[in-house]
Amino acid sequence: MNSSHYDVVIIGAGMSGLAAAIRLAYFDKKVCVLERHYAAGGLNSFYALGGYKFDVGLHAMTNYVPPGTRGAPLTKIYRQLRLTPADFALVPQYQSEVRFPGTRLRFNNDFEFFVQEVIENFPAQKDNFTRLVRQIQAYDEFDLEAKPVSGRQVVSSFLTDPLLMDMLFCPLMIYGSAEERDMEFGQFVVMFKSIFCEGLARPWEGVRRIITVLRRKLRKVGGTVRMKCGVKALRVAGGRVRSVELDNGEALTADTVLSSAGYVETMRLCTDCDPEKFASLEGQMSFVEIISILDREMKTLGHDTTNVFFNTGMTFHYENPKDLVDPRCGVICCPNNFLFDKPLPQSVIRITCLANFDRWAALDEQAYAQAKAEWLPRIHQEVLKFVPDFRDHIVFTDFFTPRTIKHWTGHLNGAVYGAPGKIKTGRTHLDNLFICGADQGLLGIVGAMLSGITVANLHVLKK
Amino acid sequence: MTNDQIKQAVIHIISVIAPDEDLSNLKSDVPLRDQLELDSMDFLDIVMELRKRYNIEVPEADYGHLASLDSCVAYLAPSLKDRST
Repeated sequence: MNSSHYDVVIIGAGMSGLAAAIRLAYFDKKVCVLERHYAAGGLNSFYALGGYKFDVGLHAMTNYVPPGTRGAPLTKIYRQLRLTPADFALVPQYQSEVRFPGTRLRFNNDFEFFVQEVIENFPAQKDNFTRLVRQIQAYDEFDLEAKPVSGRQVVSSFLTDPLLMDMLFCPLMIYGSAEERDMEFGQFVVMFKSIFCEGLARPWEGVRRIITVLRRKLRKVGGTVRMKCGVKALRVAGGRVRSVELDNGEALTADTVLSSAGYVETMRLCTDCDPEKFASLEGQMSFVEIISILDREMKTLGHDTTNVFFNTGMTFHYENPKDLVDPRCGVICCPNNFLFDKPLPQSVIRITCLANFDRWAALDEQAYAQAKAEWLPRIHQEVLKFVPDFRDHIVFTDFFTPRTIKHWTGHLNGAVYGAPGKIKTGRTHLDNLFICGADQGLLGIVGAMLSGITVANLHVLKK
Repeated sequence: MTNDQIKQAVIHIISVIAPDEDLSNLKSDVPLRDQLELDSMDFLDIVMELRKRYNIEVPEADYGHLASLDSCVAYLAPSLKDRST
């Protein structure tokens, strides 16, 4: 075989691509990961600006369980990637909350605490909620053949209080729904377990640590990563990918191709696909994020909460906004408010709200900068309903939009959680092309890694 | 490899896959699943490690033979008895 032939080519050096590559290279497959950008991580990456370090994607890692917890997704990751908890060095959150006008549900990494919060705030829903939790815990979210059902429909067959329903859906949708207004029940369960039953944590160094650990491991087991190496096309013939054509004109061949680029995005690379045919499947949900560096920690202003998932009205609207931004709901994340044993080098507050890709994409450079300048104070105004006024302490601010997300992740429409229809088996119309990552249906950093592992196991190693 | 060496080799593989498990008191005749938290992903890894380390192919139909340490030894002995460790 020639030197540009691989057992497996993986598109994208995000969490799922790197995890899949580690599995395959460890078991002696010749693997090459292709990454269009110069930074790895995909949706969860990092950058430096104005002398400060920023994380994108990762507010907090969901699915946190203490080392040694049996059967949990995070434990599976450690085992499957031959890593240990010391590698990620995750530090648990202090406490987070879901805030609606007049009602607050707090949660930490002890699920019983959250159950008590729900019961105290919604005493009439006690039995209903208990039954819902039982249903969630019994649900096998790893059943790849499960039929999709509406989450709203299933949850409303248990809960009769619409406010409680919205307060449960709010953080789960903001942290993982590719779908507007509703969430497939399997996805709801994945998110419920990862946020409420398990919990939030963060390495002191942020997402950099996770990416560094994965890349170091991949190097150690003999996998190759090629940065600044985009894929232009997947040449298809006879129901198989015959070659992977790169932006630089080079062509690679591979027995199997795993793509973390997204389902529609991957189909658009296939030479046998009509891109128009897939337009209706594209994801729409995108976000803006304002990341501000502060001259002091939010704790000193009286705010020690890790994440606030907020909604300013009584009903929760998770849909592609008509305007540039919908500041009615979002997340306020304070990365300093984890139980670190030494303070972070800088104080940060991150605010994320829903945003409309098309509106941002239509602006010319001047109007784009102006839109950011206009929305910044409007978003701040909304979040001041939930956190102490920090505006006098801002020393630097960066503002990213759906346009930035599209540029860095390649996701159409800057759709953070990919397309609404998930391909749980990872299979495509081609025999040797499989999907991993957000569009395979496991979300968050742990979910993405598990997705890469699952698809690598199922479609390459088990063969 | 003697039967005991084969058993130690399997225990070593499990220790690589599940370093968080205590393997010091494993009973040879009791299914591994009853003594350890091993899921189907972990069993796939036992198969994969056997391939990686000893070049042994375990077809999916034979996974049942890996249930306990004793059954692993019985199943692997024909392939491994003439090898050095």
